[in-house]
Amino acid sequence: MSSCCGTETIEITTEQPRIAGKLQTVALVGPPNSGKSTLFNRLTGLRQKVANYPGVTVEQHTGRMKGIGRADLLLVDLPGIYSFDSYSEDARVTVDVLKGEMPGTPKPDAVLLVLDSLHLRRQLMLAAPVLALGLPTLVLLNMSDLMESRGGEVDPLALAQELGTPVAKISAARGVGMDAIAQFLQRKSGEAEALQGATQPQRLELPVMGNARSYRQWATGISSRTRYKAPLSSEWTQRIDSVLLHPVWGPLTFLMVVFAVFQAVFTIGNPLSDAFGNVLYALGDLVGRFLGHGWLQSFLVNGVWRGVASVLVFLPQILLLFLFIGVLEDSGYLARAALIADRFMRTIGLNGKAFIPLLSAYACAVPAIMATRTIENKRDRYATILVAPFMTCSARLPIYMLIIAAFVPNRPVLGDLLGLQATALLGLYVLGFLAAVVTARLLKSSILKASSTPFILELPQYRMPTLRSLAMRLYDRGKMFTQKAGTIILSVTVVLWVLANVPFHTTLADSLIGRLGHLIEPAIAPLGFNWKIGIGLISSIVAREVIVGTLGTLYGADPATQALHLQAALRHGMTLGGAMALLVFFAFAMQCTSTLAIVKRETNSWRWPALQFAYMSVLAYLGALATNQIILHFLR
Amino acid sequence: MRAIWSYLSYHEPWAMGTVRALSELPVGTAGVVESLDLPDAVQHHLMHMGFVPEARVVVVRRAPAGDPTVYSIDGFEIALRRETASSIVVRATEDL
Repeated sequence: MSSCCGTETIEITTEQPRIAGKLQTVALVGPPNSGKSTLFNRLTGLRQKVANYPGVTVEQHTGRMKGIGRADLLLVDLPGIYSFDSYSEDARVTVDVLKGEMPGTPKPDAVLLVLDSLHLRRQLMLAAPVLALGLPTLVLLNMSDLMESRGGEVDPLALAQELGTPVAKISAARGVGMDAIAQFLQRKSGEAEALQGATQPQRLELPVMGNARSYRQWATGISSRTRYKAPLSSEWTQRIDSVLLHPVWGPLTFLMVVFAVFQAVFTIGNPLSDAFGNVLYALGDLVGRFLGHGWLQSFLVNGVWRGVASVLVFLPQILLLFLFIGVLEDSGYLARAALIADRFMRTIGLNGKAFIPLLSAYACAVPAIMATRTIENKRDRYATILVAPFMTCSARLPIYMLIIAAFVPNRPVLGDLLGLQATALLGLYVLGFLAAVVTARLLKSSILKASSTPFILELPQYRMPTLRSLAMRLYDRGKMFTQKAGTIILSVTVVLWVLANVPFHTTLADSLIGRLGHLIEPAIAPLGFNWKIGIGLISSIVAREVIVGTLGTLYGADPATQALHLQAALRHGMTLGGAMALLVFFAFAMQCTSTLAIVKRETNSWRWPALQFAYMSVLAYLGALATNQIILHFLR
Repeated sequence: MRAIWSYLSYHEPWAMGTVRALSELPVGTAGVVESLDLPDAVQHHLMHMGFVPEARVVVVRRAPAGDPTVYSIDGFEIALRRETASSIVVRATEDL
């Protein structure tokens, strides 16, 4: 049969014509936001990112299924898809892996089809093309606990009859129904070995491939025949949206939350950070006392420890920021933010969907650039990739906090609601955002001009972020930050200390690093930077936080400022103009090798990262120059 | 404000069987998808998201700026810009 809306019968054989038919690789397939990554984490014991918006996973992840004692099986987590049309880059990944055309990922021998049981009628549409693959498939009705608590009903047995494949109710978030998955895999491993050569033809009525209309009729038919009763829609989502998407209350609530977060970074984060810093420095002094006065003490305490500790102290503020981002992503608000921003994004020539990667760039530009894979239009995607590093990532926080705490007085601006320091930080975030907007506008009206693509975005239901998932996020981010301090920053400070002490028995100014610093000083003097800052600018090309470690080491190596904390030491050698110029420099500059590498990977050429680096560096230099000169001449 | 406006502005009664663009439906009303007329890739994508003929669409709310609009289809909420929704033709449905 090949009429547009009829069904066709496809002969499916359960035996696989592959290496001895052994079950080795299992793929997680399903529509976006149906809980595949949550299940992946459950089954493998790994921790891939999960959040409540469609498009969190944008590339394949693999792991051994240790969570259910099947370390012999490889599980592949895939980006969510609506159909096998590869509409966007992330969907293409899923289709390629399932076809066995993704280098480095073996072709799956079995499929776990994860469907959100709250919306089974539409989610079943994807079952048609997945079953047509002919692979052994287990259909998993995820979030079944939530569905039942809202009065929904589903009959897995009847559904299994209709689909000709086993069906199980599970809850990936709570770990319910994992035994059904283990059983299925057990049976398939056994079957695959026992049935070598023997085929077991199965007749299954499937709709005409590729036709959405016939998929839907098929899915509707099945859900009504199996007496699927959809749960009542969450009233909470409607109620929350009537406030958060309200023309007046929506934006107002958003602003209040943003103010609260920035203020919290100072009122809660700073005291914590100071206390943490005191502990770290005391620890250094303690070790120093054992070492006595010698080059070893100078190396370990004044060099390495000061450098690493000066970055580590910002851990509390970074965690606060990630707590906020976590709530934003897990609750389901992120998609709403994209909806609100669409009108504005359109005026700068970008799609509202680009707002999601841009918002996640507040954490780090690297995952944000990968998240652009969900943007369908290639030119829109490239424009978003190019502007993403302007968004204030968490790696800028240490230098921002250091300079603001040292140079901006803490006066109230909006009463107790917002202080001057928090306002300064907010201003830097706005500055970065404006740079991104203007650049996007320029790109979209020149080299990346394209006709506007439609904005199609699915809004997830609101969910209460769980303490467990927030705690996991903070733990992971804290670990990453500490590891970075212990590796990259540690190595840079070691190198710097050596350069600062070679040749032996010279002053800092005559050491190798001092001579290099003085060499570049003329270029940066108009910006209000001394040579130590200059060295910091060079070393922080590796990663932005490195400048704080560098300054910690260099001021620690200088006898004049050795006894001072870094904040006080900075006030020693810097004017207000230079300090503000440094902030502007970091708002614009592309000081991150990881970002350059990921841009190269995602755009498949060095052209884009090179352009990006050059553009951002020039902008940073000119911005810092203007800032210093204006303060120098007009604010005296 | 919007509620008052909708009282004042005159809405032509929507007779059964007549069709109009999805973008013209007021918030809180529903329609049944009749046809779509969009570029192939977009149309396929939307159809696989549930916008197929005979599907029932409810207009849930508009974004604070008045556009895009949130539609509910099969219990899912999907936001579309006016220009996209204007290429989707719906017909009247008796119930809400």
